[in-house]
Amino acid sequence: MTTVVSVLWRYTPLLLLAAAWEAVTRLHLISQNALPTLSSVIASLIRLMTDDLAHHTLVSVTRGATGLALAIVAGTAAGVLMAWYRPVRMVVNPFIQLLYPLPKSALIPLTIIWLGLGNSSKIALIFIGCLLPVVVSAFNAARGVDHLLVWSARSVGASDREILREIVIPAALPEILNGYRIALALCFILVVAGELIIANNGIGYLIGFLGEAGDYRGMFAGVLTISLIGFAADRLYVLAMNRLLVWRG
Amino acid sequence: MAASRPATTPKPLESSVTAPSAGIVIDNVMHEYQPQRGRAVLALDRLNLEIRDGEFIALLGPSGCGKSTLLYLIGGFMPIQHGRITVGGRAVTGPGPDRGIVFQHFALYPWKTVRENVLYGLTKQRLTRDECRDRAEHFIKLVGLTGFEDSYPSQLSGGMKQRVAIARTLAIDPDTLLMDEPFGALDAQTRALMQEELIAIWNQSPKTVVFVTHDVREAVLLADRVAVMSARPGRLKEIVDTRSLRAANADVAETPEFVEKVKYIWNLVREEAIAAERHQ
Repeated sequence: MTTVVSVLWRYTPLLLLAAAWEAVTRLHLISQNALPTLSSVIASLIRLMTDDLAHHTLVSVTRGATGLALAIVAGTAAGVLMAWYRPVRMVVNPFIQLLYPLPKSALIPLTIIWLGLGNSSKIALIFIGCLLPVVVSAFNAARGVDHLLVWSARSVGASDREILREIVIPAALPEILNGYRIALALCFILVVAGELIIANNGIGYLIGFLGEAGDYRGMFAGVLTISLIGFAADRLYVLAMNRLLVWRG
Repeated sequence: MAASRPATTPKPLESSVTAPSAGIVIDNVMHEYQPQRGRAVLALDRLNLEIRDGEFIALLGPSGCGKSTLLYLIGGFMPIQHGRITVGGRAVTGPGPDRGIVFQHFALYPWKTVRENVLYGLTKQRLTRDECRDRAEHFIKLVGLTGFEDSYPSQLSGGMKQRVAIARTLAIDPDTLLMDEPFGALDAQTRALMQEELIAIWNQSPKTVVFVTHDVREAVLLADRVAVMSARPGRLKEIVDTRSLRAANADVAETPEFVEKVKYIWNLVREEAIAAERHQ
């Protein structure tokens, strides 16, 4: 009970924003053509839920989760190995430097030409986009591990591989997990961007479709849906991360 | 050619050294740091030092004189560029559990509890799970941390963290204990307490200890001999015997002999500290 109250209290500013949204649209301070009332958006959201909103949401979440998971696995391995083994760094680094300043959305048309309109083009885009923050954070984290921790393990007879697994990775974990969080946020951007430009399902597609059809309430309902999912995903992630890193005290 | 050197080495050898020394022999060691850019810095220059088995030796000298470098070379953490170091008759080629190290800033694994920190090194030795557990428990008790086994380092004070580090190192029972300003990061009272405890622990199980410090009093209080090093590049300036002043109790620190010895060593260090300042 107290947690419910404290959560409500913490998000009071958001509740106030919702109230203000409802008020300014009701009072016609902002035209309802530009911004439909919140209540009508919610009504539209409920109507869409009985329709195909769940389907499109599931499609988008699956794409996002797949791309992100691949990026996390590949990116963490690449980042840590780059930090630990000089030859890996020399081979991988130029690609990272090339990819870093590249606007990932510029790749959307390319991924579509190569991989089609379906899942693979979206997943590839998310993978590439999310890879960078993961690699960069894993690399910096693993490089930044206090060398005395490594020495300490070495002096009791730990092998190189044991040191990597038992010392370097746990020591680097907080920073690695922060990189994942950035990637999580990016994955929402990329999934919607990819689907908005060209796709035949997914929440981004739905937002674009409803917008073009003139159903602004429905469009807002789509935006609201993806925002809420993104928000919930981030909060859950932070919760899990703090639980995993209790030792930080 | 490793262990028994001919007795004609131009060094003041102990009579006991006819058999391969179980202590530490530092023979003509030089060490140079090569920074990313700029000129190489000579940290140690042709240093010779012999540490007897079971002896507690303090390394004293101005900042940057290479005390820690020497300790890390004995530990095998850095390659020996020139000269040689033998520990217990065997040439040092890398780190090993025969030489335990305690660092100034503890270097505990922050994601491991007190017990897990002590256990980590034990699990790398040839011990059964029960032996590991018992040893960990014993050494946690020895340093007075019973009741804190499940605490994380972030929940402990500086003094407690250093106790964990000492317990962790003692638990694997190294023949040699390398201590790099272990009490340097602690406040004065905690430091005094830890010095007393170290003496008590060392009396229980005497090991060869190489103890790097800035603190002349601490050196005289703890060590059998104090090796004073020169300003960079580090060389051995003088070895002062302080065995008679090793503190069985803190009262020793009040005697005129103690005060006199501290003053004498402080003057040696002072000359070098001034020289070091000029070089900056």
